[in-house]
Amino acid sequence: MKYMEIRVRLCKILILIMAGIAVAVPVVNAKIVVDVNRGHADPLPIAITDLIGNESDIISGGSVKNYGQRIALVVKADLTRSGLFQMVDSAAFIKSANPLTTLRNPNFNNWKAIGAQALMNGSISLQEDGRLKVEFRLWDVLGSNQLTGLRYFTSPKNWRRIAHLISDAIYKRLTGESGYFDTRVVYISESGPATARVKRLAIMDQDGHNHVFLTNGKNLVLTPRFSPTAQEITYLSYFDDNPRVYLYNIDSGKQEILGDFPGMTFAPRFSPDGNKVIMSQAFKGNSDIYVMELTTRRIQRLTSHTAIDTSPSYSPDSRYVTFNSDRGGSQQIYVMDADGKNIKRISFGKGRYSTPVWSPRGDLIAFTRQYRGKFYIGVMRPDGSGERLLSESYLDEGPTWTPNGRVIMYFRQQPYDSRGRGGETQLWTVDLTGYNERQMITPLDASDPAWSPLIR
Amino acid sequence: MLEKMNGVKYWALIGAVLLLNACANSNTGTVPDTPTDPVVETQEPVVAEPTEDVTTEPMMEDPDTQESLDAASGGALVYFGYDRYDLTADGRSGLQTQAAWLVAHASVKVTVEGHCDERGTREYNLALGDRRANSVKNYLVALGVDPSRIHTVSYGKERPAVTGSGESSWSQNRRGYTRVN
Repeated sequence: MKYMEIRVRLCKILILIMAGIAVAVPVVNAKIVVDVNRGHADPLPIAITDLIGNESDIISGGSVKNYGQRIALVVKADLTRSGLFQMVDSAAFIKSANPLTTLRNPNFNNWKAIGAQALMNGSISLQEDGRLKVEFRLWDVLGSNQLTGLRYFTSPKNWRRIAHLISDAIYKRLTGESGYFDTRVVYISESGPATARVKRLAIMDQDGHNHVFLTNGKNLVLTPRFSPTAQEITYLSYFDDNPRVYLYNIDSGKQEILGDFPGMTFAPRFSPDGNKVIMSQAFKGNSDIYVMELTTRRIQRLTSHTAIDTSPSYSPDSRYVTFNSDRGGSQQIYVMDADGKNIKRISFGKGRYSTPVWSPRGDLIAFTRQYRGKFYIGVMRPDGSGERLLSESYLDEGPTWTPNGRVIMYFRQQPYDSRGRGGETQLWTVDLTGYNERQMITPLDASDPAWSPLIR
Repeated sequence: MLEKMNGVKYWALIGAVLLLNACANSNTGTVPDTPTDPVVETQEPVVAEPTEDVTTEPMMEDPDTQESLDAASGGALVYFGYDRYDLTADGRSGLQTQAAWLVAHASVKVTVEGHCDERGTREYNLALGDRRANSVKNYLVALGVDPSRIHTVSYGKERPAVTGSGESSWSQNRRGYTRVN
């Protein structure tokens, strides 16, 4: 049953993305399935071959053949970082006498012999209009059949996106879940001593490439978050020494203050439809949660309590809001209806809980927990049950989800040693299983990451 | 005694300047015959001048500056307990001196900064810093400072006073600071 659903969705994407269907997909039962919950223990051996291209076709940045190699490298890196796949060493590949003909007819025995259970092959060529045509096919080696095949047309400068789209297609076909490779991360780039830290908005692809600074560091900026279109960012800026929530349009570079609040506004986040921004206002020493409709600029107050109410995050169906409050005496996580009614505490463990962020799948809420001098990133169900801690350190904070709800990114601050060295901040990712914890490489120190939705 | 000496030097200098001016004004184009004579004459009022006039310059000692407030109040700082925003006895006594200074310097406007240690999440600390800044402001207002003179801003954990991982550093970072605008 589930298999049928996957087939239906896959066909839609074929029609949407492809200019022409590369090949008919044979209807067979998939022999290989990557279990996203157990894949880390038993990653799937997959062979990713270079896309075959013409060495004599030269475009800006190299030959077409060279682009085919680079795309394969990016696909390998994407799939490897997911922790669910193991790359079969290309040195072991058995060379074919006529690679182009084997694109549609791989020698499955050769791939079986070197332990590959899945195979990706493809080609790349230069069109007369200057665009690249990129094709790939994913094969089930043991079942000897094609699992998917897609063709893309794009200008050469978009070659990385094509690689990420291929990774997403492979991930989706083999795990049954949407990928997250064609996405970006907005975060705060940090430099200088802690007492006079310079912070800048920065954006990059989820693999760290195409890195761009969006602000110059003159004003302190914090906590950027994407809109669901990934074209706008809401964040906090200390422009004019007046901390307020701002909107940043990625295409135009335009920044505007959100609303005319008497007090500090902070902790902003978009609603799932992108039409509202939910945030806190601190006024005369009291922080409550407000929501602003972006088109009308109408403001609604959601909480009214002497406690600190902050870090609000919508459920993906927009019916509920989870937030952080110390109304019970210490910081805990609460859930309320989107209109502010029916406030319920959901965290009851020891220590302090904060920064709840609802998974895009709706099934879990990620949080930061402090307990006995350590900080943890964890998840729990929206009713507070099933708490699991995924990471632990001197200071882990601020989880953000991949659009498929499988991976969490957060930042980690190192402690200082007795000589005052340390304090570095870096971005880390961890699988929802708690395995596959990896550091993201950024040009400078980094904090406050926010993962974009899938870019379409 | 020191003040007296300074006074003498001061008036001697004034005398010298007056003399030079007198020379410049009276001797248009001619060199004075006996330039040393007036110097002796002008020394008289120096000795006679009362020293009180020299010392009545209080604004030099206590201007409307951050340095003056810092000196009066021991750094214009108030410290808080972990995750607390209520004032300690030390905090209140420090704020009493700040309030007295603010009352005496009625034209000064200040910004009270609320700061936190790094042992909390960023957004919660922004809220906590706002609470701390307002604790300070409310106490200053209760002591007679016009609220319109006091702006507040929270820096959360973004601007620690010192770096370090331990209570001795964190306790210095949980603070309210009164900044003269």
